[in-house]
Amino acid sequence: MSRVYLYILLMAAVTYLIRMLPLTLIRKEIKSTFVKSFLHYVPYATLAAMTFPAILSATDHIYSSVAGFAMALILAFNKKSLLTVAGISCFTAFIVELFFL
Amino acid sequence: MKKGTFRDFLLGCQSAIPICLGYIAVSFAFGIESSKIGMTPFQAAMTSLLNVTSAGQFSALEVIARNGSFVELAILQFIINLRYMLMSTALSQKLGADVNTLHRMGISYGVTDEIFAVSIFKKGPLYPLFSYGLIITSVFGWVLGTILGSVAGQILPQIFISSLGLAIYGMFIAIIIPETRVSKAIAAVVISSMAMSCVFTYAPYLKMISAGFRIIIVTVVVAAVAAIVAPVREEKA
Repeated sequence: MSRVYLYILLMAAVTYLIRMLPLTLIRKEIKSTFVKSFLHYVPYATLAAMTFPAILSATDHIYSSVAGFAMALILAFNKKSLLTVAGISCFTAFIVELFFL
Repeated sequence: MKKGTFRDFLLGCQSAIPICLGYIAVSFAFGIESSKIGMTPFQAAMTSLLNVTSAGQFSALEVIARNGSFVELAILQFIINLRYMLMSTALSQKLGADVNTLHRMGISYGVTDEIFAVSIFKKGPLYPLFSYGLIITSVFGWVLGTILGSVAGQILPQIFISSLGLAIYGMFIAIIIPETRVSKAIAAVVISSMAMSCVFTYAPYLKMISAGFRIIIVTVVVAAVAAIVAPVREEKA
């Protein structure tokens, strides 16, 4: 019972330190072009790596995942808002599961 | 020191609405899973409030369920959440040099994939009050979804839970894809990351690497290569 709380506090401490140390310790502007460029590309690389292929198993069926993924790509390519892309992507998967699976 | 105004706070809250909705969907699933291993709604909510990390929390459930060692849990969290270190480093450059340690410690609490993405892509300077609005609204959704999932998860039809699983990815796609039309380098980064992530997910031996480590390796390799091949010259705002 109390062990569960120890688990929760331990993981919270580890996760917080990972987030806090760079933000508090790095104060100066980074001058290196390499480091600046590296950091410029990090979010795109991370989010892309997290999205694919994980998105294929985001729903219970690969077909509804693929349909939602395709819809999200089309909408995002046409610069629709975050909520539109996420919402219609879910709705597409829902329709596919409702009528085709 | 400029920490922003109440307007920035409200703007932060508004920018977090899609994150909040996406989080309700994802943490709902977390709530259901946590109740399956016998965690109470309070314990599940506390986990979400103190950690705010989807992959980290889901992976922790497995360790908690089998009474795994504390060392194992700590290492697992460190590896899976190491990407936040890259994000915090990037954020440290976006924040004004005059933002003090206390505000930096506050903002650190909410460095997640989604909050980071909205923060780093925000036009103009990033004020602490904007970040707080963003964080409070997002974490509200994260904790609310956890409680709902933990308490009432079993009564919602599976088809809803299934399709809601796409919400978070839809959001990622909405963030990265528009930029690929503007920059060939970013398009190349996105495509190579997805391809490399695929190889690490399915190839023999490589697939034994955990999801957290996979993301770290792909990010470091792809972003480093991109930085060498296509260095960013102009001053970023």
